[in-house]
Amino acid sequence: MTFTILEFTVIVAIVSFVAGLLGSLTGLGGGVVLVPLLTTFFHVDIRYAIGASLVSVIATSSGAAASYVKEGFSNIRIGMFLEIATTFGALLGAFLATRIPTSALAIIFGAVLLYSAFLSRKPRPQAQRNLPPDPLATRLRLNGSFPDEEGQRPYNVQSVPAGFSLMFGAGALSGMLGIGSGAVKVLAMDQAMQIPFKVSTTTSNFMIGVTAAASAGIYLSRGYVDPGLSMPVMLGVLGGSLLGSRILVKAETQSLRLVFAIVILVLGLQMLYKGIWGTI
Amino acid sequence: MPAHLLKPFQPQPWRDRRIEIILGNALRAGVLLSAAVVLCGACIYLVRHAHEPTDYRVFRGEPSEYRTISGVIQSVLNGRGRGIIQLGLLLLIATPIARVVLSIVGFAIERDRMYVAFTLIVLAVLLYSLLGSGIGL
Repeated sequence: MTFTILEFTVIVAIVSFVAGLLGSLTGLGGGVVLVPLLTTFFHVDIRYAIGASLVSVIATSSGAAASYVKEGFSNIRIGMFLEIATTFGALLGAFLATRIPTSALAIIFGAVLLYSAFLSRKPRPQAQRNLPPDPLATRLRLNGSFPDEEGQRPYNVQSVPAGFSLMFGAGALSGMLGIGSGAVKVLAMDQAMQIPFKVSTTTSNFMIGVTAAASAGIYLSRGYVDPGLSMPVMLGVLGGSLLGSRILVKAETQSLRLVFAIVILVLGLQMLYKGIWGTI
Repeated sequence: MPAHLLKPFQPQPWRDRRIEIILGNALRAGVLLSAAVVLCGACIYLVRHAHEPTDYRVFRGEPSEYRTISGVIQSVLNGRGRGIIQLGLLLLIATPIARVVLSIVGFAIERDRMYVAFTLIVLAVLLYSLLGSGIGL
């Protein structure tokens, strides 16, 4: 069935609003479900879907930045240093996306969705306390402190080269699939670099917009960003995530996370299936 | 006038947190501005094309009027809704870039040469993506 432009715009805006709201409430990000939803239910070509999703990722990241900053957790030096890795990665990802077949894109997307669903069910790795300062991290001035119940709690960043390489990968996935790739960032910042989780979440949110902007120019110039499609996606996701950051439903978050993880899992399996059977 | 504005100017070290708060607010302003522009374009686009069918099944790529900065400006001048939406999206892409430029200023005030250099690298990558990939004027 075909929609008229008005029907299509309204339905896509509502779906994007819900995705943005759930993504913000669960902390899993809404961008990751948009591309599979658009390709599966609205029969949008995956390249248009990725272009629209990428634009919405910039909107949520930049829109949330002001409220994150006030809490005083984000570390601007860690962010800027790692953005060198993510922006180069994003260039590579966008370059690859225009060259590899859409079935391969779907398979990679499916794998990332499955991994995100798996990761969201695992307890988040806790950064160890009182680690010795790492010489490279000290030279790069990455160590910092953040407000805690006991006052300012200092932290020492570890394994800079491993974290930097993983962030290059996160940037490449972001540029290739039009997502924020929060799952890989957890690996890089929480697991490898041992950055406390509040610091890593807020800092990575800050970085997502810059990373996405690095590939957005390439997508726009290649004609992947359709105004008629990107408009309801961007406005919907932005509205949903702004609302999500205002309402605090702490008690419901666990069950909400489970539901959202199942949605991500199902969409991931679907993307894998479509990619493997070439029906995308 | 609020009291703190009447105090004599005191030079104080440019704290990271102050930079971040300015950046955060700049980003939000940029996003809200771009969303408003997209919304304007959306109204024109929907009024004119509401009842036409959609088709995103087959990838054709956008025409050049929606792929280049000069094309977008031209279509805005022609009063096209989709051109105005695309202008809003260009503004959206520009907001993180503006944040990077402001960071350079912040690090320069702190006299942190290493981070001025890092930030310049990031800016170069962003400008390459935006201008080097054919989107330019």
